[in-house]
Amino acid sequence: MTQIETHKLAKLYDVGDEGVHALEDVSVKIEQGEFVAIMGPSGSGKSTFMNIIGCLDQPTAGEYLLEGQQIAGLSRDELAEIRNRKVGFVFQGFNLLSRTTALENVELPLLYNHVPPKERKKKSLSALKMLGLEGREHHHPNQLSGGQQQRVAIARALVNEAPILMADEPTGNLDSKTSIEIMELLAQLNRDSGTTIILVTHEADIATFSKRIIRFVDGHVMSDEEVKRS
Amino acid sequence: MISIVSTLRIALRALWVNKMRSSLTMLGIIIGVSAVITMLAVGTGVSRKISAQISSIGSNLIMVVPGSSTQGGVRMGGGSQSTLTIGDAEAIMRECSAVATVAPIHRGAAQVIYGNQNWSTGVEGTTPGILEVKDCGLTAGRNMTDQDVRSAMKVCLLGQTVVDNLFGSINPIGQIIRIKKIPFTVIGVLESKGQSLVGQDQDDIIYVPITTAQKRIFGTTIPGMVRTIMVKARSAEDLPVAERQVTDLLRQRHRIGPDKEDDFTVRNLTQMLQMAEDTTKTMTLLLGAIASISLLVGGIGIMNIMLVSVTERTREIGIRMAVGAKTWDIRVQFIIEALTLALIGGTIGIISGIAASIILSAVLGWPTFVSPLSVLLSFGFSGMVGIFFGFYPAYKASLLSPIDALRFE
Repeated sequence: MTQIETHKLAKLYDVGDEGVHALEDVSVKIEQGEFVAIMGPSGSGKSTFMNIIGCLDQPTAGEYLLEGQQIAGLSRDELAEIRNRKVGFVFQGFNLLSRTTALENVELPLLYNHVPPKERKKKSLSALKMLGLEGREHHHPNQLSGGQQQRVAIARALVNEAPILMADEPTGNLDSKTSIEIMELLAQLNRDSGTTIILVTHEADIATFSKRIIRFVDGHVMSDEEVKRS
Repeated sequence: MISIVSTLRIALRALWVNKMRSSLTMLGIIIGVSAVITMLAVGTGVSRKISAQISSIGSNLIMVVPGSSTQGGVRMGGGSQSTLTIGDAEAIMRECSAVATVAPIHRGAAQVIYGNQNWSTGVEGTTPGILEVKDCGLTAGRNMTDQDVRSAMKVCLLGQTVVDNLFGSINPIGQIIRIKKIPFTVIGVLESKGQSLVGQDQDDIIYVPITTAQKRIFGTTIPGMVRTIMVKARSAEDLPVAERQVTDLLRQRHRIGPDKEDDFTVRNLTQMLQMAEDTTKTMTLLLGAIASISLLVGGIGIMNIMLVSVTERTREIGIRMAVGAKTWDIRVQFIIEALTLALIGGTIGIISGIAASIILSAVLGWPTFVSPLSVLLSFGFSGMVGIFFGFYPAYKASLLSPIDALRFE
């Protein structure tokens, strides 16, 4: 089933007198259960693309269908609801709430999805357990290592059973050993639960964990190919 | 929108994390609210005291005094003429329909003696109507009668201060006291009325029949002359009518032509005192208004802190939006935070305001009264301050783009 479909997507930023095209004429199809890496140098539009398909941002032109639903033209609150139900985010800087426990961080999407407190706690604890964070539930982010923080972020992305996980440079702040651990975790997630994973990275060895690589240059899709396993 | 309980927990945590800043912000509201409560308590206390004094003087009163006399070009001032008589008082009672009671007064000071005690006090010759005019009851004995007045009986009613000074613990009823060496029988004791507006002791008084005062104690230049006639109107609405009727009647009795000035003065006492009361009410309002300004400044303090908080927590807002927080989730979070600050500050302010009022009246002896309305008002007002000054920062936070908020450093 086609989960993400864009048609001639464009994003124009107003800088001074002339606009700058961050994205131009991007048409991409992503099926459910895929593991896609989006690559490209900085300023190539890869993050802009992820923000738009993650419903954090709106395109200035073109169409975007998420599970058949037209996204362009939706209100802020409608976008918030889609982010809440369908997309989980993992960021380079972890983006956890400081001075808030791991458990409460994971509970956030459920809080905004009106899940009752008891169920919220139960689901969050099992998500943390799945990511091997048992015993760390009441630690604050600054008491956790980088790898552990990123796992909390992944638990938060998964807890609401969102079908799509978007990871923007998830290993950018991690050492190489931890990076491999996190990537294997994502690959396993994709394999076992069929979660669609969209990974933005500029590191080639990180991208090899995926099954398909889309390369961006100057706001255009330059190449789109399967990863050959050796 | 997510539940209020969850939002409240988020708000309380945010406030707790910045304890120092939160308490300093609250201080603004605390000072504002306690200033409002204390100022209103002082104002209300004073105006209640004045109201009590007004009712102690007697209600719906008109005072008639003789006009001023002129001797060789030297004007002698109000009351110096001897134009009012007992006859005038009787005529007012008889002919003015808006008048309830009349009490002519012939006043003087005298030394009074009982046993080995003596006391100097004011002696007023008057009629039985005086008690009704002054809204004054008796704690013991009886009032004087019309018979006492007609026969110029040597009987007297004593104020509480006179009783205390002459008799101590002895029951004064039926005892004989000497006023200017003339023996009088005590027939009644007046209810205590406390101090007047100008601080005069209203209980330091002796009432005797007016005829007795004129003939036996003080004497008069003209027989039947009185210094003052106190007139009580039937009701507050009848006051102006009574004033006009009294003026017309006295002009007629004194044969004053239409183009001549009155040889007496009619004063509406209640009106004068009403003015004093209005003045204190204005003062209360003024004090409250000044105190409200500090509450307003406290509110602006809240807004300031909330704006700082929004900027500081832009990333947090971005994270919340990324995981699905809607516009109103973010707004309510910040409004609840501001409201919590304001209401906690308001509650502490109310408590310290009440405490300050109690201390003021205990230490400085100021009459204070904390009305439940002022407590309710300032609590409601601080809540409104919270919502009002919290809304703009909350609104600003909710309009952030999730991308920009997440990227904020």
